[in-house]
Amino acid sequence: MIRYALGRLTSLIISLFVASLVIFAVIEVIPGDPAAFMLGVNAQPDTIAALRAEMGLDQSVITRYFGWVTGLLQGDFGQSWTYKTPVAELISDRIWVSLPLAIYALILSTLIAFPAGIFAASRRGGPGDVTIMGATQLGVAIPNFWFAMILVLIFAINLRWFSAGGFPGWDNPLQALKSLTLPAIALALPQAAILARVMRSSLLDMLGEDFIRTARAKGLTRRQALWRHAVRNALIPVLTIIGLQFSFLLAGGIIIEQVFFLPGLGRLIFQSISARDLIVVESVVMLLVFTVIIVNFAVDLAYAAVDPRLRAKA
Amino acid sequence: MYQFKRFAASAAIGLWATTALAQDSITVAIQLEPPNLDPTGGAAQAIDSVLYANVFEGLTRFDADGAIIRGLAQSWDISEDGTVYTFNLAAGVTFHDGTVMDAEDVKFSLNRARAEDSTNAQKGLFAGITDVTVVDPLTVQVTLDQPNGNFLFNMAWGDAVIVAPESIADIASNPVGTGPFTFTDWVQGDRLELTRNADYWGAAPALESATFRFISDPTAAFAAVMAEDVDAFIGFPAPENLPQFEADPRFQVLVGNTEGETILSTNNKMPPFDNVLVRQAVAHAIDRQAIIDGAMFGLGTPIGTHFAPHNPAYVDLLTNSPHDPDRARALLAEAGFTDGFTTTLKLPPPSYARRGGEIIAAQLRDVGIETEITNLEWAQWIEEVFKNKDFGLSIVSHTEPMDIGIYANPDYYFQYDNPDFQVLMEELNATTDPDGRNDLLAKAQTIISEDYVNGYLFELAVATVAKAGVQGLWVNQPTAAVDLTGVSWAE
Repeated sequence: MIRYALGRLTSLIISLFVASLVIFAVIEVIPGDPAAFMLGVNAQPDTIAALRAEMGLDQSVITRYFGWVTGLLQGDFGQSWTYKTPVAELISDRIWVSLPLAIYALILSTLIAFPAGIFAASRRGGPGDVTIMGATQLGVAIPNFWFAMILVLIFAINLRWFSAGGFPGWDNPLQALKSLTLPAIALALPQAAILARVMRSSLLDMLGEDFIRTARAKGLTRRQALWRHAVRNALIPVLTIIGLQFSFLLAGGIIIEQVFFLPGLGRLIFQSISARDLIVVESVVMLLVFTVIIVNFAVDLAYAAVDPRLRAKA
Repeated sequence: MYQFKRFAASAAIGLWATTALAQDSITVAIQLEPPNLDPTGGAAQAIDSVLYANVFEGLTRFDADGAIIRGLAQSWDISEDGTVYTFNLAAGVTFHDGTVMDAEDVKFSLNRARAEDSTNAQKGLFAGITDVTVVDPLTVQVTLDQPNGNFLFNMAWGDAVIVAPESIADIASNPVGTGPFTFTDWVQGDRLELTRNADYWGAAPALESATFRFISDPTAAFAAVMAEDVDAFIGFPAPENLPQFEADPRFQVLVGNTEGETILSTNNKMPPFDNVLVRQAVAHAIDRQAIIDGAMFGLGTPIGTHFAPHNPAYVDLLTNSPHDPDRARALLAEAGFTDGFTTTLKLPPPSYARRGGEIIAAQLRDVGIETEITNLEWAQWIEEVFKNKDFGLSIVSHTEPMDIGIYANPDYYFQYDNPDFQVLMEELNATTDPDGRNDLLAKAQTIISEDYVNGYLFELAVATVAKAGVQGLWVNQPTAAVDLTGVSWAE
């Protein structure tokens, strides 16, 4: 087990190193000089040069890469060029919007998808199944930003139940949750549609398995067999999908955060790219990569804990 | 107390906002968030939109119509030869941190802006200053290397505001000025809050507090106003929605002018645009009204030269380039392009460029000029078009006030090199008498119009949507500013 864990750890470190190289290289080649952009069209060349020096852009790419990586290793994300505040501060402010939003959306999508998937599977081919599967087709097909606009139109503009966007901060948790509700629904529904379909097909696969036939042979009804044996086993592929969806929800809320003008990580990346605040983009993307890699690492370890064959192979 | 303020602010943005709000605060939305709060640094207009006249003040300032009026300088004397300005400062002015504003601060601010290592995006405003002398605490003398008819105008810019050495270090995140509002809080990505400065030296504003919110997406902007999340949206990004607000008694729509000359920038050094016949052909191929209607939903005033139509010195030169495709084709033939030619059209992000570009491309195609459209982000545009001059045509709104002087710089991205015009601009800079200046400005406008340097399209308009009870907002944008000093709610 320790050898297996060490192996995974080595591959994690290599992945992080390669990721840092790729992120830095890709972002550095984006056309557009950050200093020239910040100073606009009336700037004089010596002003641009002065700002480039202030931002450290007059140093070589290699020096800047090592400066960045050494900083990251010490937990220093650097200083934002445009906001002129530490990147770590920007991230820690924004993560308290993006993380709760992702969790909220994930909970909603799970709460919708599980009953819908189980219901559809238990009534395979019936009108309930057909209706739910039709609805999930629609859910998968509708882009979440469009759905978000419709939600705003109905609940913010016409009914005035919610504000159209913005985030009041966690000083008032109820208001904060309320302001995340429409965005969470908009994010959750398409995810729920996917999850419900996976849940249904995974359950149907299970229902064809030998152990279900055995359970039925023992005298359980179809429904009892489904609830007692199939659901639990069908959860494994479903959990994998949920894990993937979580990374997507955390990083992928960019458009939803624009629609609801939420101060989250996605909007930070979006603003930083257009302002060529490269150090912020690099650090935030690196943080997201780090999160995904760590989650995968944890999953790898968990698999090994569950499945002894993996340990033996390594 | 701080906690209470935060709580009040969060409640204000919530569902019951409209009823809970006392009518001495306002929530104003603008499109872009300031990257930082230092008006004396980068060029981002959003910094001025939030802070100009509210938090920071300069020696002089723009009023709502763009006239130059007194700021921290209550009066001034100009020496006979026009090179020495003596400013008499207002008495009893303090910065928001309690320190006194005096001549030393003026000296500090001006010297900082023109210093070798200055990162002031408009450093050119301070170029002629050779010396700043403190005469006494309320008198400061500025010496120029030569007379500059624009000097008082230059000092009105947001980049020329007076800052203090005591608070300069944190200006980007904690701006300390002398204005009627103090900066209280900035939740980056969401909102920025100002509170009335109880110790303001001038007339106290009616508002107790103001919140700025930043909403760039046009659909979100529409929703925020309709849901009454914001009280006013300055620079509303979706002109197509304005008729709906006009028809709704809850709202008022103000349409004003800006200093933004929107032009079809033309690379004057790149063949075939180095041929004036070709540039003239382009000018006649353009149907300005079709662009204004199609791209701006009717908002905008056609221009025939690079000058703001609301300026008293403006000359109407639209007759130099009426829409006339036959004439354009004839001019192209005369220039040797019977079968037309192909060029590039590089478009920055604003909708005037992206929407306008499609329309102009069609109009040019009609006379035989094919364009390859490339959409660029601003940073790319600055690099590719502005710095490397790698373009045939582009569309951009030049929003700096009174910027006809860019035509005197042969290295400016459209690369217009006319010695006569350069001499004329030197003459203008040295002229301080208003009538003389107007004559020279008229001449300058005529030269660039008759040289068809760029395709002159329209003066950018600015739309403000506000709740019906809001009074005193600026209709026009003579500079990027949301001046809240005169804003109040109707009883």
